[in-house]
Amino acid sequence: MTTTYEPVIGLEIHVQLLTRTKMFCGCELSFGEPPNTRTCPVCLGLPGALPVANAQAIHFGLMIGLALDSELAPRSIFHRKNYFYPDLPKGYQISQYDEPLCRGGRLADVRIHRVHLEEDAAKLVHVGASGRIHASDASIVDFNRGGTPLAEIVTEPDLHSPEQAGQWLRLLRATLRHLGVSDVNMDEGSLRCDANVSVRPEGSRELGTKTELKNMNSFRFLERGIRAEIARQEGILNEGGRVVQETLHFDPGSGEITSLRSKEQAHDYRYFPEPDLAPVAVSETMLAAARQAMPELPSARAVRLQDSLGLSAESAHLLAFRPELGDYFEQALQSSPDSTPSAGAQAQALANWVTGELAKRLAPEESPADSKVSPEAITVLSQMAAEKQISVGAARQVLDRLVAEGGDPRTLVEQEGLAALDGGDELRQIVRAAIAANADAAQRVRAGNPKATGPIVGYVMRETKGRADGAEVTRLIAELLG
Amino acid sequence: MSAEELVSLGAQAAAQALASGQIAAHELYEIYRSRAAADDLNCFTWVAEQTPAPPAASPLGGVPLAVKDLFCTEGVPSQSGSRILEGYLPPYTATAVERLLGAGACLLAKTNQDEFAMGSSNENSAFGPVLNPWDRSRVPGGSSGGSAAAVAAGLTPWALGTDTGGSIRQPAALCGIVGFKPTYGAVSRYGMIAFASSLDQAGPLTRDVTDAALMLRHLIGYDECDATSLDFPGEIALPTAERLDGVRLGVPEELTGEGIEAGVLAAFHATLALAEQLGATVEPISLPHAAHALSAYYVIAPAECSSNLARFDGVRYGMRTEAAGDLTEMYTRTRHDGFGAEVKRRIMLGTYALSSGYYDAYYGRAQCVRTKIVEDFRNVFADVDFVVTPTAPSVAFPLGSKTADPLAMYLNDFCTVPMSLAGIPAISIPCGLALPPEDRNVTEAASGGGLPVGFQIAGPAFSENRILETAFALEQAIGFDGGTVRA
Repeated sequence: MTTTYEPVIGLEIHVQLLTRTKMFCGCELSFGEPPNTRTCPVCLGLPGALPVANAQAIHFGLMIGLALDSELAPRSIFHRKNYFYPDLPKGYQISQYDEPLCRGGRLADVRIHRVHLEEDAAKLVHVGASGRIHASDASIVDFNRGGTPLAEIVTEPDLHSPEQAGQWLRLLRATLRHLGVSDVNMDEGSLRCDANVSVRPEGSRELGTKTELKNMNSFRFLERGIRAEIARQEGILNEGGRVVQETLHFDPGSGEITSLRSKEQAHDYRYFPEPDLAPVAVSETMLAAARQAMPELPSARAVRLQDSLGLSAESAHLLAFRPELGDYFEQALQSSPDSTPSAGAQAQALANWVTGELAKRLAPEESPADSKVSPEAITVLSQMAAEKQISVGAARQVLDRLVAEGGDPRTLVEQEGLAALDGGDELRQIVRAAIAANADAAQRVRAGNPKATGPIVGYVMRETKGRADGAEVTRLIAELLG
Repeated sequence: MSAEELVSLGAQAAAQALASGQIAAHELYEIYRSRAAADDLNCFTWVAEQTPAPPAASPLGGVPLAVKDLFCTEGVPSQSGSRILEGYLPPYTATAVERLLGAGACLLAKTNQDEFAMGSSNENSAFGPVLNPWDRSRVPGGSSGGSAAAVAAGLTPWALGTDTGGSIRQPAALCGIVGFKPTYGAVSRYGMIAFASSLDQAGPLTRDVTDAALMLRHLIGYDECDATSLDFPGEIALPTAERLDGVRLGVPEELTGEGIEAGVLAAFHATLALAEQLGATVEPISLPHAAHALSAYYVIAPAECSSNLARFDGVRYGMRTEAAGDLTEMYTRTRHDGFGAEVKRRIMLGTYALSSGYYDAYYGRAQCVRTKIVEDFRNVFADVDFVVTPTAPSVAFPLGSKTADPLAMYLNDFCTVPMSLAGIPAISIPCGLALPPEDRNVTEAASGGGLPVGFQIAGPAFSENRILETAFALEQAIGFDGGTVRA
């Protein structure tokens, strides 16, 4: 009999902060500049150079703490984490250890262990066929990235599947993006994730031995890596083996997991308080500034959209957790001419257009604000559809044109002759013709089968190029066959 | 003015003569440059080859300045006395040096020192030991030994040094000059090649107290590049005090008894008597944790240095020993070849003290002792204005006499380390001569001879001006003549 296992997963996320300058010096952050052009004595670790903590990075750290409902330490300290590597010019990384900036907290159903600030390492490029440090012809260092501010966010082991881990990381990313503290781009490395993975027999409360899976640079790889590691651990346990605590590398190409170092080979980082920096004392002024700078968080926004606009829970959640949609939606809403008694219904209709038809037509992750469809245009379109000035089908055609070329929906409707046929004679004539052309169907409708109207409606829509309002057509069919 | 007369001018006198047009900056500089170039005490690791253009009207008006090797000076070798940085030319200048140059000082030379400021005799320099101008068979003290010997020998009007556990005060004492370690944070550390970050502090080595005040005036002040630097309250004034009425001097029993040479103690007590004549009161006090200061220091300083010196890995600058094997072998060989024995000893001590499982027992405990020492000083400063001690337990000792015994060498810092741990300012002024113990029986009768003894005055944080006034009044009363050793 094989045991069923429950995976237990915790994440360690490194986020590059979008400050103007580096964590401990005045160099501007680098976005693809030529190698080693954004450097100074401090971030090159030259003899005699000293670090000075970046106030904006601390401010961003506090905002992250507030967003994750963490306890903000009134006093935290920087430590030195000592180890030798060519991407670490001082021979130590300035990080935080037992007195981090933020402790505890929660985002959705996952508890946060801590949030701390540190500096990023430089970038190593290995020249030669292997592409890794072993067997490379040479290794060269680009210090542009060295010293970029990082926030490290560590969760409690509250995740239980690769999909849940991926989903939660997306939520975290949405939150951080909304705060405006980071690009949170996994491809470019401004969001990096390690996972601590263990498995335990279903129902057990004890934690199994965990392994650390390093640096999976996309959501897909994160989920695949965790899945592969769970399978590996289950395999070991099912064969009566024991999982060894170690640091692992997941190769997304081959799907293979290889060991980087075991617990015995783990570094002794010899942490000690960084004597070149004073403790970070978080003043009331700093706290007030962080609170002041906080945008509305997704969870709060969802509640507000539901309560004050009467949106459905689903729409509110979608708009809140994809802030680019939410911001666009709210901007569009403001461009409505007035608030009428039917404002609630209008808002819901607009939300449907934004989260449904429009989002569907954009590239994944593309912000509608960057598209050719202006918030005013989508509002006008939504209203024209709601007021039955155009049919839903026509509105979709207009949206296609807006996405492709932009413009004013009213002009497009006019140019294309897409205005809805009202219930007048013209439409009545077409419905008559449709009934005549579909005598069989008409017969069945008369015999009491209302679903048989399909071919007749289809005929009308073809004839009107979708301009006819479906409900009106149904009403006319019923009247004429009644 | 003759060359001899020019060299007899201290920095303050020279600055005045320059300002009044009595002497010309290039003339003064050229005399010192040729003297420094002809130095046979091994005081320097670099001497300027050209006379710089005289500065525009400025407070220091072109007074030449010697700077300890460990200060980064743009385009000028800055090696911290180490093989691993041999020939290293920094792309920037340390704040402390920049401030003095900005005030009109002219860089004359870089001075020899113990490697990475680790040592009390200057015998740990990769560029050879410095000789004491009072007796060339003896050490000048360390680690700012080159600076101290150069000032004493008149090879520079003054010099900039650094003090971690006594590295300004002890060589000043052994060379018969004035050395001042300011309050931690008063002078920027930016551009000082670090030994122990929480202790390192730059300060003047000068012929007299007035010159120390003048240099300090231009050194102090907050620097946005040093997060541990502080705004100094007020300005440094040139001292004028003649009397010490009402000044209370505390003599800690822990630092003035066992382990201090008899000749040193005699000079110290004679100075106390002089202070009383000037109106001061002398009271016995206790620094109960001072006895543990040296132990705590030799955990904290090595711990910090083990991390500070990690950057010397052969990757980006300085020496590299090419290795056929992997990266680790390159690191190992470079550091094996580049560091001297004392530096390696302290890196190993510090690495051990910070290791997982030992941190609490060593580093954690040493920090507790440090806190106790801070409290000790706070307590005594409620009752006295200054704590006074001999600066060093001995006069200058013979070259090679302590190199085989690190513990005996470490004891040189016995009286200076407590102030470093507490971060408080302290000055050493020459207070007389004493015969070294091995010569006592033989040459006691040969009066007039002997080696300089230093008198240390320490005060609370930011009491620099009061310390200078007290030191100035004592200096006038002592009338120490350091001119005899100027070549």
